[in-house]
Amino acid sequence: MSEQSHRLDAAAAPGRIDRGHPLRFVFNGRGYEGFAGDTLASALIANGVHLVGRSFKYHRPRGIVGSGSEEPNALVQLRTGERTEPNVRATQAELFDGLIASSQNCWPSVGFDLGAINDMASRILPAGFYYKTFMWPPSAWMFYEGLIRRAAGLGRAPDDPDPDRYEKRFAHCDVLVVGAGPAGLAAALAAARAGARVVLCDEQAEMGGQLLAHPRGVGAVIDGRPALDWASAALGELASNKDVTLLPRTTCFGYYDHNALALAERVADHVAKPRQFQPRQRLWKLRARRVVLATGAIERPLVFRDNDRPGIMLAGSAAAYGMRYGAAVGRRVLVFTNNDSAYRAALALFDAGVGIAGIVDLRPAASGKPVEDARARGIEVLAGWALTATDGPSKVRAALAMQLDEAGAGVQGPIRRIECDAIAMSGGWNPAVHLYSQARGKLRYDGAQGIFLPGRTEQALAVAGSCNGAWSLGACLAEGAAAGAAAAEAAGFTAASAPAPAAAEENDSPARLLWVVPSDRPLGEGGKHFVDFQNDVTAADIGLAVREGYKSVEHLKRYTTSGMGTDQGKLGNVHALGILAEVTAAEPGAVGTTTFRPPYTPVGFGTLAGRDVGALADPVRTTAMHGWHVAAGAVFEDVGQWKRPHYYPRPGESLHDAVNREVKAARTGVGILDASTLGKIDIQGPDAAEFLNRIYTNAWTKLEIGRARYGFMCREDGMVFDDGVTTRLAAGHFHMTTTTGGAARVLSWLEEWAQTEWPELRVYMTSVTEQWAVAAIAGPHARALLAKVGTGIDLDAKAFPFMAMREGNVAGIPARVFRISFTGELSYEINVPARYGMALWQALMAAGAEFGITPYGTEAMHVLRAEKGFVIVGQDTDGTVTPIDLGMDWIVSKAKDFIGKRSLSRADTARGDRKQLVGLLTDDPRVVLPEGGQIVAELKPEPPMAMLGHVTSSYFSANLDRSIALALVRNGRQRIGAALHVPLADRNIRVKVVEPKFIDPEGRRQDG
Amino acid sequence: MLLIDCPWCGPRDENEFQYGGEAHIARPKDPASLSDAQWADYLFMRGNPKGRHRERWMHRSGCRRWFNVERDTVSHAITAVYRMGEAPPATAKPAATGDATSAEPRSSGDPGQWPAGGAE
Repeated sequence: MSEQSHRLDAAAAPGRIDRGHPLRFVFNGRGYEGFAGDTLASALIANGVHLVGRSFKYHRPRGIVGSGSEEPNALVQLRTGERTEPNVRATQAELFDGLIASSQNCWPSVGFDLGAINDMASRILPAGFYYKTFMWPPSAWMFYEGLIRRAAGLGRAPDDPDPDRYEKRFAHCDVLVVGAGPAGLAAALAAARAGARVVLCDEQAEMGGQLLAHPRGVGAVIDGRPALDWASAALGELASNKDVTLLPRTTCFGYYDHNALALAERVADHVAKPRQFQPRQRLWKLRARRVVLATGAIERPLVFRDNDRPGIMLAGSAAAYGMRYGAAVGRRVLVFTNNDSAYRAALALFDAGVGIAGIVDLRPAASGKPVEDARARGIEVLAGWALTATDGPSKVRAALAMQLDEAGAGVQGPIRRIECDAIAMSGGWNPAVHLYSQARGKLRYDGAQGIFLPGRTEQALAVAGSCNGAWSLGACLAEGAAAGAAAAEAAGFTAASAPAPAAAEENDSPARLLWVVPSDRPLGEGGKHFVDFQNDVTAADIGLAVREGYKSVEHLKRYTTSGMGTDQGKLGNVHALGILAEVTAAEPGAVGTTTFRPPYTPVGFGTLAGRDVGALADPVRTTAMHGWHVAAGAVFEDVGQWKRPHYYPRPGESLHDAVNREVKAARTGVGILDASTLGKIDIQGPDAAEFLNRIYTNAWTKLEIGRARYGFMCREDGMVFDDGVTTRLAAGHFHMTTTTGGAARVLSWLEEWAQTEWPELRVYMTSVTEQWAVAAIAGPHARALLAKVGTGIDLDAKAFPFMAMREGNVAGIPARVFRISFTGELSYEINVPARYGMALWQALMAAGAEFGITPYGTEAMHVLRAEKGFVIVGQDTDGTVTPIDLGMDWIVSKAKDFIGKRSLSRADTARGDRKQLVGLLTDDPRVVLPEGGQIVAELKPEPPMAMLGHVTSSYFSANLDRSIALALVRNGRQRIGAALHVPLADRNIRVKVVEPKFIDPEGRRQDG
Repeated sequence: MLLIDCPWCGPRDENEFQYGGEAHIARPKDPASLSDAQWADYLFMRGNPKGRHRERWMHRSGCRRWFNVERDTVSHAITAVYRMGEAPPATAKPAATGDATSAEPRSSGDPGQWPAGGAE
């Protein structure tokens, strides 16, 4: 067994580790050993390793500061290969056998880091240095940004896909308790005993909170027995209650409106890899009737000169490493404090066998039981003294102490050097109000304690324990029990009036607030007073920012980056506010806080995505004929969630070869298109015609049964919203078609008007898009093809005219056949029940062989419709185009009202020089304009030029053997015949404005 | 995420719903008779109160019914949910919107507001 140099004696400090279960791990390439129950941080400390990383900006050596989610420094790259994960807090990474971790942000190694030259150059890297240095010339920012990202980046993202699975779970409960320390356990017990469904979550592997690690918890007595026995009995009771869900290793990271909360459960982060079928993490989306926040408190550091050397850490964490993990943070620990809690840490460490070099207390008249207890053990207490500097290149080895003056503004007297190998500091405790603040709870500032406490909230929540400023164990238990009972009552249960678990109430002497501990040198000279360790923000930086005018807390944060990063300022935020208040001579309560936002701690993308990845990220919709298209070698295009054949290349054909062949076939023989994806809405009811009359711009009430009509829908502002052909099947029964992408939107639109504005109309609609498969055949041979497969319909042009629908049996399949055309050719759209779609398609293909039937895709469809000047809503329109702008005045009824009509006569909408749809022909027929190309009348050598509009659709038309384009052009109707220009990056294209109809403007071809 | 008590389906998560803007903005009975300014007022102007706000929601992933909600825009507390055509709760006074039409229920159910039979 390799030696764990700083592991404490099991009798004096048993901790919560299993010394009979050693685990091997590798850190920065070196092998170590720890025990089951260790975190990576506690195992490193047990091996005497404190130097774990380099700071973000100055690349200063940094060590472990905390013992939980507040840790700013000990961020490691955990695991290797596809499971590697950056920015893992070593203080939360549970040790497992074979764990591999390494430091981040240092090169070539954590011990010798070239970036540390930034520290020597720190005079030229003040607050806001990015903004000051890298902004000139403006074009160089992209270059600088790359360098900064490389220099300042934290960990590395994995290159390979994540092999693990992540789950989501939706759940409800009566009472959610966040935090399983004494207050949370008491709350959960009280609520569960009342019969409420309770969820209790805690971010740590073992529940118990500070009972596991805090001097006030370990060794305390609750209800007459050892605190840990009480906790173990409480957890046993909760675990055996079927209405209680215990979620250890689960961080409640987001608190949203109406008690919606998000929890990240680390199901298998503590093992090398998940078992088969076990998720790595699980995201809980929880809705709680009541919430009890028992999130505890986070210790804050003291801001003194060079307070960032490895070995300088929070006193409570130093005690936690001793008591929970049996690991000594040093052999000679110097304690530096402004309050009583660090005395308890010193006593606990002392009693566990750790040497205490002394206690330096900012308070001149330190007194009370903890102080007496320390002196009784022979620990020297320097009351009214301050640490003014620290020494040690890669780990602290000594500190300098001087006496504080009365005001605490300076130091005086002789300098005393105290040898030590660790410093345990305490600047007091901040209630962990993050979730409370996320719940939009207002904070109030307690000037005496220098802390922000929960104030007022609209959410159904209560706060209990040290999160609420209760510092003694007895008070935490009492508050927790009361909050749990009240939450259950509020959720409709009856709580028995049982006494709260009892423990000693021990009150501390007041702390001494000094936001910055003075030294014998002016602030910022000869050393740094760090406020935010992760972002390398010093007290001097805050002063500089204020002098430069960044006095608002929000500006200060963004200018100095204080409170940013993975820890979001859990340690330093209140100090930053305090210093800001001091510099601006304001009250910290008046300065205010920046807003705490989710997540409380970083959450992996995998956790948030859950199973919604890969094929499950978005549904794929395919038509009944999809298998045929695949077999035919179609290249597919995504249209919304639909897969549509884009074109059907023959061997050796390019996109353009295939499209040229397909569009010619549709005009000379017969083409066939899978049009199943068009939106289809079945509309029924006695008032259906009147309803359509109000929705569409044209008239519908007199449409004959069996006839179809093309219609535009506008929004109330007069702009085109969707288009399509709608057919009257019976007096009160219509079949509406919409654009493929607009189907759901149109159905919602119809429902909205029917329900909210015209509830008196008896009209009902339902989507039938998926119920019908549609084959559209187009071309001179379309009628002959239909006759050949057999329809039972009189296909004569007079008996079955254009814009009519007939029911029959096509190739023996019951069908609705619509004589409508999106190509301008003789065309039939054959609708059959979806399950017959493939049979219909195959019958048409077989019968069509003699006519050279050619399947065509969406690209050919686009070319064919553009040749006819048929618009596509959403491509040739963009929400600012009226039917009149499209030159379709004929479709706008003068006689009736419809949605959007009044807007068409608004001054701006009625302007004659609006952007209007026109056709464009390039001088060179081989040149195809780029869609989106800007159109100008007057060319200049370089932009800016007055832009008249843009190209909306542009293709090469094989039928015309030249390029064609549609465009929206200012005052376009008046420019027909004129020449305009499309300036591009490398050339200018001259175009002629024409009517937007390139083939068969009289519309003769549609009759065959 | 709001918890909205659909009058047809009961309480459901906000992401099942679609927001529909301010409620009780009735479509003018005779748009042609309105001045541009009056029409623009109907078309564009909406209240943006700090406090109680009556608004429309639709249970998109559920029953697909539109209904009205009275919500406090500061606290997001929902103080009333009522069906289309029902009068808003009288107890709570909504914040002033400055919109003359806002006092009128959006769906009055009055069949006389459109000419019967339509006009072609």
